Amino acid sequence: MNLAIRDIRYHRGRFILTSIGLGLLLGVVMSMGGIYRGLIADALSILHTNKADIWVVQQGTNGPFAESSRIPEDITYRIRSVPGVAEASPLSFQTVQIERRNKPFRFFLVGYDLNGFGGPPEILAGRGIRQKHYEMVVASAVGMAIGEKIHLGLHDYTVVGITGKVVSSAGDPAVYVSLADAQDIQFKKDNDAIRNDRERIGANLATIPSLSPPQAKYLNANIAAITESTHTVNTVVARLAPGANLQEVQERINRWNHFRPISDAEQTAILAKGMIEKARMQLGLFRVILLIISGVIISLIIYTSTLDKIRVIATLKLIGSQNRVIIGMILQQSLLMGILAYGIGYTLILLTYEKFPRRIVLEAFDLQSLFVIVMAICTISSFVGIRKALKVEPAEALGG
Amino acid sequence: MYAIEVDNLTKIYGKGETAVTALQGASFKVRPGELVAILGPSGSGKTTLLTCIGLINEPTHGTVIIDGTTVADGGWLGGIDLKRMRREKLGFIFQAHNLIPFLTAQENVMIALEINGLTRNAAKNRAVELLSALNLGHRVNNYPSALSGGESQRVAIARALANRPRVILADEPTAALDTENGKNVMDLLKKLAIENHSAIMVVTHDHRMVENFDRILEVSDGRIAGEK
Repeated sequence: MNLAIRDIRYHRGRFILTSIGLGLLLGVVMSMGGIYRGLIADALSILHTNKADIWVVQQGTNGPFAESSRIPEDITYRIRSVPGVAEASPLSFQTVQIERRNKPFRFFLVGYDLNGFGGPPEILAGRGIRQKHYEMVVASAVGMAIGEKIHLGLHDYTVVGITGKVVSSAGDPAVYVSLADAQDIQFKKDNDAIRNDRERIGANLATIPSLSPPQAKYLNANIAAITESTHTVNTVVARLAPGANLQEVQERINRWNHFRPISDAEQTAILAKGMIEKARMQLGLFRVILLIISGVIISLIIYTSTLDKIRVIATLKLIGSQNRVIIGMILQQSLLMGILAYGIGYTLILLTYEKFPRRIVLEAFDLQSLFVIVMAICTISSFVGIRKALKVEPAEALGG
Repeated sequence: MYAIEVDNLTKIYGKGETAVTALQGASFKVRPGELVAILGPSGSGKTTLLTCIGLINEPTHGTVIIDGTTVADGGWLGGIDLKRMRREKLGFIFQAHNLIPFLTAQENVMIALEINGLTRNAAKNRAVELLSALNLGHRVNNYPSALSGGESQRVAIARALANRPRVILADEPTAALDTENGKNVMDLLKKLAIENHSAIMVVTHDHRMVENFDRILEVSDGRIAGEK
């Protein structure tokens, strides 16, 4: 006869309520694991969609996801000529926050060469960008419909396609536009600013006595062309030809002095370890604290439940019950509580994880590990109850 | 062969100046089928005597023999499995019946049988048989909380009898019952002692019940003061 099941059956209300409480706690632990995995997935999302072998960025920087990196767009041609490089494509990244429907609307703007790579990984609805200007493909998480327009910089852009769950390392959903559009949005000054700059350059040149007016006019036009140029990108991504040596290609680009070629593995490390390490540690610490709290709660519940059963345990001992029967009753109850709480937590997180504002990634390994940890906690927690039970004397069954 | 043989049984609690002699030099024998009362005022040593015979309390001196097996001779004898002896040879009935609250009447009887190694089906059949014999056939699936005091005590008696013990020890089994139910329980114990050929020792200070016993051991100040 299974005494643990009989006791639970008799006190089912109390047992279920306790398990729900524990289940909620374990649900939070699971969600934290999911948030951590989601952070990694988000951070590496852009990396994985590009499938680049090398990220060429501004020298002395860690690339566009870690800090500001600006390199000239035309470096792309030079990179394409490096032996071992199969293809190279310029990319521009910018986080944009505007007002939309009276609410803050934040997204990660990706500009890519329509003839290169680095664009939306898939088109779920609509089509890809065909025109060089004023079209955009948005990640489904942006929540925009095909045909919807949005004003960015100096122009209106129309959504022509929907792509999957691509987000920035900060979790902002991606919006793809052509590189030219992205450069305009990021670098192009408005007309007033252009006029002001030209006036200021002109005024400065006029103070130089050695310049004749035609020379000053010529210089003014050249300086303005440089300052108004938008042909800057944040990175150029390259894919290697089969059999090409990554290190050799990196060394060759390094020799140019003004650029840093970051391998995909290095970029992954920068994103995963550098940017989300603290978040990972914080979430990990929270998980440990919550698991300790769960353990303490289970211990207290099992201990008080054992105290409630002192007379029962004494009676069982008096009628000759082996210790394993009593130990089994306490241990099984603790484990059953853990299993039920885990099931409740798992169901809860399964039903709600898609509603979280940030991506939650539930990995089988994490969930299985947590289950093993919960079972270990339940086993250890039951020791306090078992210890108490084993100390109970059969004589305690006697008396009124 | 006697079911219980006790010789010069002494129990001292504590040591040195704080030592309390609860039982001193108790000697008696009980035959199978005999219903014996241990009568005496509170604190006289009745329950200590019962717990020493029930293999719960280790005697300080003296001998205890249960169904021909010497279990104590100046302390427990080595090699004796006390739990097994309690399971197989002894049955207990308590003042407060001590039924397990989360088991039904039937399961309360079954647990004693399953602990003793009976299969689930065999235990179930025996439990139903015992409960029916005690007029509780209609209450097998009720929890103790749904049983009256008399019914609970009869379930406790069924549990004590489950393994056909040679000795049944009862600690004030009628104390929590009204006169009628108390009398019914005593009649039942007397009947069972004869039918099962079990020695039944009952600790009581209820003088209304003395007429039911074959023998009465009067305990006073830790000694067997008299025998009727």
